Amino acid sequence: MSDARDEFDLALKPTWCPGCGDFGILSAVKDALTTLAISPHEALVVSGIGCGSKLPDYMHANGFMTLHGRPLAVATGAKLANHALHVIVVDGDGDAYGIGGNHFIHTVRRNPDITHIVEDNQIYALTKGQYSPTTPQGKVTTTSPEGAIERPVNPVALALAMGATFVARGFAGEPHHLSGLIQLAIRHPGYALVDVLQPCVVFNRAQSYDWYRQRIYKLEETGHDARDPAAAGTVAREWEERIPIGVIYAEEGVPAYEAQLPALQPGPLTARAGPSATRFEQLIARFR
Amino acid sequence: MTSDLSIRIGGDAGQGIESAGAALARAFARSGLHVFATQDYRSRIRGGHNFYQVRAAQAAVEAQRDPPEVLLAFTRETVDIHIDRLAPGAGILYDASLPVDAGALHARGLAPMPVPLTKIAADHGSRVMTNIAGLGALAGVVGFPLARIDAVLREEFAAKGPEVVRPNLAVAEAARRYAATTYPDFVHRVPRGDARPRLLLHGNHALALGAVAAGCRFIAAYPMTPATTILEYMAAIGAEEGIVAKHAEDEIAAVCMAIGAGFAGARAMTATSGGGFSLMAEALGLAGMAEVPVVIVDVQRGGPSTGLPTRTEQADLLFAIHASQGEFPRIVLAPGTVPECFEAGWRAFNLADRYQCPVIVLSDLYLAGSLVTVEPVSLDWASVEVDRGELIDGGALDPDADGYRRFAITESGISPRALPGSPAAVYAAPSDEHTEDGHITEEIHNRVAMMKKRMRKEDTALRNSIRGPARYGQESARITLVCWGSTLGAAREAAALLSADGEPAAVLHFPDLWPFPVEAATEALTSAGLAIGVEQNFTGQLAKLIRMMTGRQLDGRILAYDGRPFAPADIVQAVHRVLAGESDVHIEPGEQRLPAETEVGVNV
Repeated sequence: MSDARDEFDLALKPTWCPGCGDFGILSAVKDALTTLAISPHEALVVSGIGCGSKLPDYMHANGFMTLHGRPLAVATGAKLANHALHVIVVDGDGDAYGIGGNHFIHTVRRNPDITHIVEDNQIYALTKGQYSPTTPQGKVTTTSPEGAIERPVNPVALALAMGATFVARGFAGEPHHLSGLIQLAIRHPGYALVDVLQPCVVFNRAQSYDWYRQRIYKLEETGHDARDPAAAGTVAREWEERIPIGVIYAEEGVPAYEAQLPALQPGPLTARAGPSATRFEQLIARFR
Repeated sequence: MTSDLSIRIGGDAGQGIESAGAALARAFARSGLHVFATQDYRSRIRGGHNFYQVRAAQAAVEAQRDPPEVLLAFTRETVDIHIDRLAPGAGILYDASLPVDAGALHARGLAPMPVPLTKIAADHGSRVMTNIAGLGALAGVVGFPLARIDAVLREEFAAKGPEVVRPNLAVAEAARRYAATTYPDFVHRVPRGDARPRLLLHGNHALALGAVAAGCRFIAAYPMTPATTILEYMAAIGAEEGIVAKHAEDEIAAVCMAIGAGFAGARAMTATSGGGFSLMAEALGLAGMAEVPVVIVDVQRGGPSTGLPTRTEQADLLFAIHASQGEFPRIVLAPGTVPECFEAGWRAFNLADRYQCPVIVLSDLYLAGSLVTVEPVSLDWASVEVDRGELIDGGALDPDADGYRRFAITESGISPRALPGSPAAVYAAPSDEHTEDGHITEEIHNRVAMMKKRMRKEDTALRNSIRGPARYGQESARITLVCWGSTLGAAREAAALLSADGEPAAVLHFPDLWPFPVEAATEALTSAGLAIGVEQNFTGQLAKLIRMMTGRQLDGRILAYDGRPFAPADIVQAVHRVLAGESDVHIEPGEQRLPAETEVGVNV
């Protein structure tokens, strides 16, 4: 980890539970930005609602803590208004894959230059332990007393199916590795998903740090070709026995959404005033 | 020669009713006539009866007028549906091949004028030009120079090349000649225009132009009748004007994108109808809490739920004022005319920036889609003011200072706003309650101070920016019609008719509905005589609001919720019922109203 990340530090103490995976994710986000030499005023961290979505409150950077499920839409608007900002979305599995599922699908296929970090703890934690879209089948929670019936969402496979150009999975217990993934995601010129396996030490004791440590392996150590869609599809479906972390898929050469908008060619919208009198007169003249 | 002529064109969807009507409206406007043109259509693409009504007058008009003096019928059904709703001596132009009983029309005092429209179209061009033949015949009987219509057709078909233009013009001329020589004595003639150049546009385009003039750079929306033309217009000019027009995946995304863009510092908006606005309710509160300027246009249509997708209504007023949980400042505007749509289009952005809150503009289908002539001066660029409020240059802030307090507590409630992107202006905006520097807290003193700060913005807006009701007509009038939104046009004309008939009447119109201008409303209603609410909803929402905010109960309410716009005559008739002792008049389908559909259960 880099040493110079105090630029992003705040004196504020996070309200997360001791041992929460969010600490590792916060540390990785700050480290990635520092390593890439992005300053707090050049980044915009947009979150939803949930434990992990409090992250922007605990770091010094432009931030917007929005509504449950809506950070991708808010972030898209902000990115289109000022594409000079490095826009990072941080939200949980309920936020991204449940209530915000429609925005997730469409943001993936839209491909704006946004880094999407999902703190995937497979539980609704801030509401104290209900099953989430990524909760394993059979898990007993307060809203699934007989065990969860639905099959869990596989976020990385879903993103691939929607044509994602960058899909990675990290582990909150390995912040250094996670920082590397976030750096790649930020550098990727398009939508980049980093699904982060995150233990919830209070409401999801089954998927503990140890449980993950026994199963995860690093794709970069296996010779996995992240440019190969077929290979990506195969590793995306691995779970239970062996869980891959690292870059699952990275496609180069696809322009970001905003790079294809003629209206943005002269620069960010925020820097521009309205039309001149002459220009406006030309618009009006079409109604004669 | 009449000074005010109304023409109704009816037929099946797909027969080119709308394009013929719009071409006629534009040709009239270019001759210097004042025009009001509106379409009556259904939620379907092909088949089913549609009609278009064009009113041409020598004086300014702001509503449609019934009954019309001319009916151009492309189907037998059109004749049947409209026969009882035409002016005495009205002419009915129809295709000679239709099985219409001319004798029966004569017997009703109408003037049947069959013209072989389909045959003329086929002989000089092709059968698909039957609507053009109709326009030619119309020009012939009402004495309107065909050259004006030709010029419009040339422009419309220009992209298709001369081989399309030529036969269309030939068809129009042949039909004109036939009609003019066969029916030279038709009494209802088109008035002569003053040849002054005017603009012809509908409320949605006026509102979009206002937004463009204000420097709106971002719109995200999801298609929904009758708001769609706003997004379409912005998309059409987006590339050349440097405006991002984003068709979002749903209305929640649309408003959230607009809020994101507004947060980043672009002037941003969304446009929808009631159903989409319902989906936006939660995000409205986000803009209120995070103090993000955003403009939300709700072009109302008949509700509830999917309701009447292609019909007009004004039933979202109380919803717009109250939508979203909790309490936060918001501003609600409701333009009444096309020029007011333009003004609301730019003014909404100033208010959003000045008070750092959501601004809702309520329009409706009738206002949004009716083409009206307006003087160029009412859409004048020079009249547009751009006020970005207390927007400060983040670069000028002292980076060594204690930290930027984005939500600083001030007397006005407005906190100086720096945009993200400057080292000294770094902050996070939460949808949670927060401190002055934007950190989440539930601390009791902070909560109370922040609520007061935010809500103070409504008082400040009320003091400095909100307009009281506008009075049209005499101060001492015995009757005052109290209305909002697009009812203004019909109400003003109704007041003039009543006054001419010995019942002095005025109109009180509320252009700004929230924060409610309590003092101005109270004062205006004190001298209102018999105050009668005129609204297109069931429950009298403005009347309720007035009572809630001023304690004044209106003396009568005229309410329509059939999805059809008020015609001035509807209001006059209803006022007489109020004068006769009824306090609530619910407009029933009757002679003055537009025809009830003969078909049931076909709308989607």
